[in-house]
Amino acid sequence: MMGEKILTKYIAEQNCQTIDFYLAHDGYKALRKALSITPDAVIEEVKKSNLRGRGGAGFPTGMKWSFMPKNPVDADGRPRPKYLVCNADEGEPGTFKDRLIMTKNPHALIEGMVIAAHAVGAVRGYIYIRGEFFKEARLLQRAIDDARGQGYLGKNILGSNLHFDLFVYRGAGAYICGEESALLNSLEGKRGEPRLKPPFPAQVGAFGMPTCVNNVETFAVIPYIIEHGGPKFAAMGTEKSGGLRLFCVSGQVERPGIYELSMRTTLRELIDIAGGVRNGKKLKAVIPGGASAPMLTAEEIDVPLCFDAMMKAQTMAGSGGAIVMSEDVCIVEATSILLRFYEHESCGQCSQCREGSHWLARMFARIEAGKGTHDDLITIERICANMAGQTICAFADAVTGPALSAVRKFRSEFEDHIRQRRCPQKAMLRAPATDSVRGQTHV
Amino acid sequence: MAISQQLKEKIDRLRPNFPTTQALVIPMLHEVQHETGMVSEDSMREIAVFLQLPLMKIREVATFYTMFNKKAVGQVHYQLCSNIGCWLNGSDKLMHHMEQRLKINAGQSSTDGKYTLSEVECLGACGSAPVLQVNEDYYENVDLPMLDELMQSFSSKINAGEKYIGRETYNPEVWP
Repeated sequence: MMGEKILTKYIAEQNCQTIDFYLAHDGYKALRKALSITPDAVIEEVKKSNLRGRGGAGFPTGMKWSFMPKNPVDADGRPRPKYLVCNADEGEPGTFKDRLIMTKNPHALIEGMVIAAHAVGAVRGYIYIRGEFFKEARLLQRAIDDARGQGYLGKNILGSNLHFDLFVYRGAGAYICGEESALLNSLEGKRGEPRLKPPFPAQVGAFGMPTCVNNVETFAVIPYIIEHGGPKFAAMGTEKSGGLRLFCVSGQVERPGIYELSMRTTLRELIDIAGGVRNGKKLKAVIPGGASAPMLTAEEIDVPLCFDAMMKAQTMAGSGGAIVMSEDVCIVEATSILLRFYEHESCGQCSQCREGSHWLARMFARIEAGKGTHDDLITIERICANMAGQTICAFADAVTGPALSAVRKFRSEFEDHIRQRRCPQKAMLRAPATDSVRGQTHV
Repeated sequence: MAISQQLKEKIDRLRPNFPTTQALVIPMLHEVQHETGMVSEDSMREIAVFLQLPLMKIREVATFYTMFNKKAVGQVHYQLCSNIGCWLNGSDKLMHHMEQRLKINAGQSSTDGKYTLSEVECLGACGSAPVLQVNEDYYENVDLPMLDELMQSFSSKINAGEKYIGRETYNPEVWP
């Protein structure tokens, strides 16, 4: 199973991003098959695959598609168009897989979206790509133009009665737009502020119309599922999380990068595959599923990377990005950097999140600077309790993930900072590492 | 006139892609910034008139998104990621080096208008950290020697008056 690949099979080959290469390797074959069966049959196949959303929430894709209304009409009885949106606003720290798909395998994404359009009855699709990806957006536009040129997009696709076209929409530097309702607001030309739910996008999505939003990777594996059948994909993963997944490994490992592996893979195996901790150092902590996932200690990594097992371990599989930290890292400083990011990216709509992320960032920076107090640790818990689950979107929960896990699992490091009135790690870097200093660090 | 006729025509061609005019605000802000390097108050007014929207609808969007430069930036805009993945790989040392070399702090522009230095959040390429974005282009796995080489080459490009600085994929010679 280890050797099997879906999305990364050909990425090392030259011109793998072109439509000619894709067609020469069975590209758009799945689309023909999908068009020969009913939309319901397509959704059924996706349900059988146990594919769960690759953006982070892990919602079953087939079920999401089945939520799309069949023949929606407005108050006057006129049909409402349905839209498909691809979330390519990749910005969760530690995650960089969608960029690979868009640059090396863009036609898998396009084919997946056309199949999805057939399944849910969408007339138009938008790929919302983060604004910093200038080159990626141009590559994607070129792929779309090529696909349209060969009849895979546009009117009467492959002679069927499916009409579907695809547009690239560039974001402009806002992490929150990865949240699907903020993304929809941004697509409408508004500030990227998340919406209250319900109504969910399947009822009121882009431009007020029923909309299905999926991640790049989710769409890109659809052709494989249709071509080889849902059960085959399901068998590659765990009981409830089907398939392979693109896992990103970053931070202090020997070979950072993207690894396409079964959802059964454990976090320890993933780190080993990425060459282990750099320079033979010991592992201190891993953030397993993108920055928002609670940290795990070196003792907690024997856990499969599927959604359910990660939830059981009180963290989350999230976007599949593992950030590895060695024994040299100061957890207080690392968390402080993450919180500065969240403070910057909070959209400011809900006061708990706007004020809480700012307060937490200040407090962590203060502790790192050696100016914290023991009361701060209690205040951190209190702020987090007032943030998680209290806001319009999950951003506030994402802030408390790293903050709480750091304070709870690495409490002694925080206490050392407070007691010594300095960062022990930095002090150690400045002074030669004598035994006495080391002794103080790991009280 | 801050916005060219050519740009307006380009936006007109996008109209059929969206059911509302408001959806064109962000694409138009992008185009304006691409053309003039920033989004000025004047250009926001012109966009409002062109799209027939209240000025506030443009301004609230332009100020929400960090990519839109409300102030002028240098010909070369260095944007170094300082988030966790890059920090774990030494981005703080790179930033320090750039500040010394450019004699400005992060968040500032040089007085000759050639350079701007910014600290930015995750650029979505943590597997090849540290990452530096220069105008539109990414440079990955940056270390000190590479940084010196890059900064030298951008300096020469400015002096030679090159047209597509930091926009390799926009250069018609590279990407026909």
